[in-house]
Amino acid sequence: MSTRLINWFKFSSPATFYPLAGRIVTWSAVVAVVLLAIGLYMSFFVAPTDYKQGEGYRIIFVHVPASWMSMFIYVVMAAWSGIGLVFNTRLSSMMAQALAPTGALFAFLALWTGAFWGKPMWGTWWVWDARLTSELILLFLYIGFIALQGAIDDPRRADRAGAILALVGVVNIPIIYFSVKWWNTLHQGASVTITKGSSMGQVMLVTMLIMVFAFWAYAIAVSLARVRAIILEREKETTWVRELVGGAR
Amino acid sequence: MFDAFLTLVRRDLVLAMRRRSDVFSTLFFFVIVVSLFPLGIGPEMNTLRLIAPGVVWVAALLASMLALERLFAADHDDGTLEQMLLAPQPLFVLVLAKVAAHWLVTGLPLVLIAPLLGLQYDLSAQALQVLVVSLLLGTPALSLIGAIGAALTLGLRGGGVLVSLLVLPLCIPVLIFGAGAVEANVSGLGEQGHLSLLGAILVLAALFAPLATAAALRVSAE
Repeated sequence: MSTRLINWFKFSSPATFYPLAGRIVTWSAVVAVVLLAIGLYMSFFVAPTDYKQGEGYRIIFVHVPASWMSMFIYVVMAAWSGIGLVFNTRLSSMMAQALAPTGALFAFLALWTGAFWGKPMWGTWWVWDARLTSELILLFLYIGFIALQGAIDDPRRADRAGAILALVGVVNIPIIYFSVKWWNTLHQGASVTITKGSSMGQVMLVTMLIMVFAFWAYAIAVSLARVRAIILEREKETTWVRELVGGAR
Repeated sequence: MFDAFLTLVRRDLVLAMRRRSDVFSTLFFFVIVVSLFPLGIGPEMNTLRLIAPGVVWVAALLASMLALERLFAADHDDGTLEQMLLAPQPLFVLVLAKVAAHWLVTGLPLVLIAPLLGLQYDLSAQALQVLVVSLLLGTPALSLIGAIGAALTLGLRGGGVLVSLLVLPLCIPVLIFGAGAVEANVSGLGEQGHLSLLGAILVLAALFAPLATAAALRVSAE
C-alpha cells in the first residue's frame, strides 16, 4: 500500500471522508448560490423572449437541468450501489442512500415544471407521452428505493437490498424508456444534442448551462451534507465520532 | 441439477394443493377486480370493448403482486430457505424452480380464466386468443420480476405494500406490450410485434431475474 504514489482508498474511510466532505459542502454550496443567482438573473432578464413560445418558455431553465440531474443521479446512485455491493465498502452505500432523496426531488421538480410548461404550450397539464411517463416511472423507482431502505432496520441489509434494487432499476430503465416510447410519442424532440449541437439561441444555451452547473453544485452540496449526517448516525459508536461530537460541545 | 428443479417444483405444487384457498383467493381477486370495472364505468359495450385489454392486464398485474408475498415467506419462516441457500445445487436453478411452481399455481389459473372475463367485455374470438397468448408470455415474466421484490422484502413489516411499490414500476414494459398486443389485434394492426417483444422480455427476465433474486435472498437471509 505504501509503495503507491496515491492512496486511492484514503477517502473510502468515513473518518477521513467526513472532514473532506465538510469542505466540499461549503465550497459547492457557495458555487451553487452564486451560479443560481447569475443563472436566474439571466433566465429572467437577459435571455430573449422566444418568438414562438413567448415568456412561458423560461421554465425550461429549471426544467431541463432538473430532468438531466434526475436521470444522472440515478445512474450515479446505481454506480455507488454497485461499488458498495462488490467491494463491501460502507461509504459507497451511504453515498447511494444520500443521493436518493436529491434525485427524487429533481424528478419531482422536472415533472412539476414540465406541467407548468405544458399548460400554456400544449394546453394541458399532463399528457401520456414517452418522456413524461418515463420520468414519472423514474420518480417511482426513487420512491421504491427510499421506501425499501426505510423499511429495513439493519443498515447493512438496507444497503445491500437497496443496491440490488438500484441495479435492477438501472438495467430496466432503457427497457422502460423504449417501451414507453414505442407506446406513445408526442414530446418534442431533444433541443440539445451532443452530435448536432443546439437548436437554441446562444444566450439561452449559456443560461441553461449555468443553471445546469448550479444544479450540479447544489446536488453535490446537499448529498454530501446528507452523507455527513448518515456517517455520524451510523458511526456513532466509534471513537472518532465521539471525540468529534465531544469536542464540539 | 434438473432433478433438484423438478423436486422443488413438485414439492411446492403439493404444498399449494394442500392449501388450496391460497390459489383460489388470487384467482377470485382477479375475477372480482375485472368485474368491478363495468360497475364503475357503466355497461356501455363499446367503451368496455375498448378498455378490456388494459383492465384484464392491470388486474393480472395486481393479482400477481398479491400472490408474491407468499413466494418465499413460508420457506423463510420454517428455515427451508436457509437449507436452499446451503444446497450444492446453484441457487439460480432453485429460484427458477420456486418461480415456476409459483407461476403454475397463481399465474396459469389467471391465463385460463381470462377468456371468460374477455367474453364479459365482448371481445372477439381472435382477440381472446391474443389475450391468452399475451398473458401466457407475460405472467411468467411478472412472476420472475416480482420474485426480486419478494426476495428483497422478505420478513419486513408491511412487506406486501412494499413489494408492489418496488415491483410495479419494473413491470410496466410487460403491461404495455401485453395490453398493446390485444389492442393491436382489436384495431386491426398485427399483434405480432408486441408478442415478440413480450417474448423477448420473458427470455431476458428468465436469464437475469433469478440472478438478482438469488443475490437478494442471500442478503435477506443473513
